[in-house]
Amino acid sequence: MRAYVRSFVSVALGVAWRTLHNVFTTPSLLIPSILFPLFFFTAFAGGLAQVSRLPGFDFPSGYTAFQFVFVLLQSAAFQGVFIGFSIARDFEYGFARRLFIAAPHRGGLVAGYALASLGRWAFTISVLTVVALLSHMRVGGGGVDLAALYSLGLVLNMAALFWAAGIAMRFRTMQAGPLMQLPVFLILFFAPVYVPLSLLRGWLHAVAVVNPITRLLEAGRGLLDGHPTEVGLAFAAAFGLVALFSLWAVRGLRSAEAAGG
Amino acid sequence: MRTLRQPAYVFPPLIFPIALLAVNSAGLQASTRLPGFPSGTFLPFALPVCFMQGALFATMNAGTDLARDIQTGFLNRLALTPMRAPALIAGHLAGVTTMGFLQACFYLAVGLSAGSGLDTGPGGAVVLLALATLIAAGFGAVGAFLALRTGSAESVQGFFPLLFVGLFISSMNAPRNLMAVTWFRDVATGNPVSYLLEGVRSLIIEGWNGEALLLAFGVSLVIMVASLVAASAALRVRLTRT
Repeated sequence: MRAYVRSFVSVALGVAWRTLHNVFTTPSLLIPSILFPLFFFTAFAGGLAQVSRLPGFDFPSGYTAFQFVFVLLQSAAFQGVFIGFSIARDFEYGFARRLFIAAPHRGGLVAGYALASLGRWAFTISVLTVVALLSHMRVGGGGVDLAALYSLGLVLNMAALFWAAGIAMRFRTMQAGPLMQLPVFLILFFAPVYVPLSLLRGWLHAVAVVNPITRLLEAGRGLLDGHPTEVGLAFAAAFGLVALFSLWAVRGLRSAEAAGG
Repeated sequence: MRTLRQPAYVFPPLIFPIALLAVNSAGLQASTRLPGFPSGTFLPFALPVCFMQGALFATMNAGTDLARDIQTGFLNRLALTPMRAPALIAGHLAGVTTMGFLQACFYLAVGLSAGSGLDTGPGGAVVLLALATLIAAGFGAVGAFLALRTGSAESVQGFFPLLFVGLFISSMNAPRNLMAVTWFRDVATGNPVSYLLEGVRSLIIEGWNGEALLLAFGVSLVIMVASLVAASAALRVRLTRT
């Protein structure tokens, strides 16, 4: 059993190190993944601040903090998707075939990509947090609230990684990129991105009510503001997504194994 | 023809802007209740963004194709023929412009059928399509310049976030006079994309606004002429190298 664990961990750490090394030594991979959330944050928090003057918009920490939570969750999801691109590239260039031969426990491969996804998001969100604080974002929540907020992002990062990994290992080509990206983009934007759920109207309100990301957003905003709401429900939704997509990823791994990598 | 043969180049520029239009027009509908907001619903306010996004996509795709021609040596082979440099750029721009026009027709049709009005009527539709096509041609020239200057498809793609930012830090989601953050309003005021958006937007929600149209046509022409001059210079250097 100990040998199994040791080899699993060894594979996971090896894959994670290689993936992170690739990301951090390739500016064309690293820079866009940092710039995109920063641009969204700047564009939304700066360009839409007047929305906070709407009657019924009640968020004491201000619009910058309101948008920070969305960008935090968005960056978490997209860092997972970007690792999905790395997995697809490994398959396309034949590296995954070599990994399959070398790794005694292939579950360790998925665990390694998951670790890389966490490492990548940790870096991005650190930069984003520093920028948000420099732009005088007000934080109403305490240490525990903030830890819960970042934990929500972490769990969403895992869910998105497992989703993208499942696609990457089934299609095994970079051309599957839009298939990884578009549903994540849509589920994020079918939530109350610009205004609270109570101010949404029409079809978007109907969709946002049943969208699990809405629970994460509302809870995340409550945590940052220091007025936690529906936190348990948000974590339940996030872990539900992880459970669902980890099964999806494991079945994708089996599909890739059956195809010989 | 090359673009039309690649569905991955045709459908995303059509679908993505419309998806974003649907999301933004529903998500930001509440902001039309702000005093001074220029339209009663957000859809006609957001519709011009599609034309800009479409032009951006077409540009990146066409720029990538030209860069690939350079990378694969196709441009070197063309250089051995009696081809004249302006003909290459003109041919390249003709493709982008045609795509831009077709996309503009599509966005306008979707916008009108979704309930957006057009305050300037049928004449405004003609001017709008002309402006959108000119914008696509201007951005196409930017793509050609990037491709000829860098000679790398990856580098051209790498400029996408930069151009995307140009779109986001503009009056894309709010009129400039309602922007509450001063520095953002200043950046948006200095951003030429704001004037392109406002020109298209004026036709949809304001009626005939000579100043907005003049600025939009003027900015598009300046972008196109400056990029064409830069692209011609880059092509001359590249043909000398080969």
